Amino acid sequence: MARHTEPVLDWASDFDILDPGYVSDPFPIWEELRRRCPVAHTSRRASTWMPTRYEDVVRIAHDPERFSSAAVGVIPPVGEGTGEPPEPGEVLLAYGLPPITADPPLHTWTRRLLLPWFSHRRVEGYAATTRSIASRLVESFADRGAADAAADYAQQIPARVIGLVLGVPEALSDTFTGWVRDFLEFADDDERRVAGGLAMFRYLSGELERRREEPGDDLLTDLLGARVHEGPVDDAVILGMAMLVLVAGVDTTWSAIGASLWHLATHDDDRHRLVAEPELLPIAVEELLRAYAPVTMGRLVTEDTEVGGCPMAAGERVLLNFAAANRDPEAFPEADRVVLDRAHNRHVAFGSGIHRCAGSNLARMELAVALEEWLRRIPEFHLAPGAEVRWAGGQVRGPRTVPVRFPPSGAQA
Amino acid sequence: MRIRVDEGRCQGHARCFALAPELFSVDDYGLSTALRDGEVPVELEAKARLAIANCPECAVEEVGP
Repeated sequence: MARHTEPVLDWASDFDILDPGYVSDPFPIWEELRRRCPVAHTSRRASTWMPTRYEDVVRIAHDPERFSSAAVGVIPPVGEGTGEPPEPGEVLLAYGLPPITADPPLHTWTRRLLLPWFSHRRVEGYAATTRSIASRLVESFADRGAADAAADYAQQIPARVIGLVLGVPEALSDTFTGWVRDFLEFADDDERRVAGGLAMFRYLSGELERRREEPGDDLLTDLLGARVHEGPVDDAVILGMAMLVLVAGVDTTWSAIGASLWHLATHDDDRHRLVAEPELLPIAVEELLRAYAPVTMGRLVTEDTEVGGCPMAAGERVLLNFAAANRDPEAFPEADRVVLDRAHNRHVAFGSGIHRCAGSNLARMELAVALEEWLRRIPEFHLAPGAEVRWAGGQVRGPRTVPVRFPPSGAQA
Repeated sequence: MRIRVDEGRCQGHARCFALAPELFSVDDYGLSTALRDGEVPVELEAKARLAIANCPECAVEEVGP
């Protein structure tokens, strides 16, 4: 059952990333923290630190020895540290979801197996299909003059694209989306989190068995044939990696696409500019990723240390709040303003250091193609009058509903 | 202008390649290399500066005129 959030009275000493106000608008809170107490702390759920400065976030991301990936979830499972028996999913996935939940050496070799599936060359190969998925979705509502840019569009693209990598049918994309939401978005609801994780595990186990009989040109088949240290890869590692691809590739990218469309729906100047100067897109995509970085990752402190003057003890957790780092005015002038052609932009939306998002090429391509296809058919659009934009937060922040209106395509001049 | 990618720092973000594909190649693991031994044609200097200023790992550097 979900743990309801008590109101936060002091963000520096008692923050709560599931606070509804924080989920919908965290930016003023980070700004205040950076001025007053740049490394915030909470004892809610677990003793956890949250740096808000770029410098501190990057430093931690580059120190995997002191900050382990053994606890990447931002919501600690209920019962963690209480000596209660582990949950079924945790036993089945004895190696976690490598490489994201792993430290070297497991991290190093599993990442090396995964990266070629998300190389620039591979991603180029997914671009045409991604474009046809996006274009078909836009066509389905372009005549209506109204759509939900998050639910009808952004949410629909990544699960289908990830299906290509895993070699599974497009028809399952809504099912995938449901599992991933249970696992990540509703992670504070233990029953949903475990149910989502188990459903993915069972499905992927079945797929793995099927690939043994009928090999395909997909990640699972490739991992079944891989040899590491002169032997095959343990099934539990393969399943953990496949589950990672599913978990990490769906609502992250969906959130980035949705937030970008929300931004363009609410900022006429930026929308007009991107339509008038389509060659800006590659730079604009990076700026939108900076401003609306969806992902926060957790780390576990392995030895007593200090960050930004704050003592951190072994066993405590740290949140790598990449979105807050990206809004740090010390690193980005006018950090809270979207500057579509921002030239100096070392944003860390995909993390930093050895755990840099393995799917970043894919995500960047999906975001660019999704924006291009939308703007090509629907260059002019606004939030629907009285529209309620609902944001989800926690591990991944992004809008879940963005109702927009636009001139129906038949009526366009 | 001459540039290089510090391979000890590069983590495969491929931002340089995304912004200036004329100047870099990336391998299957995302690691970037500067093309033409890092020699930047005059007309691509602005793009080279963009690549330098966008690397999250500060791995792309200007190393000479």
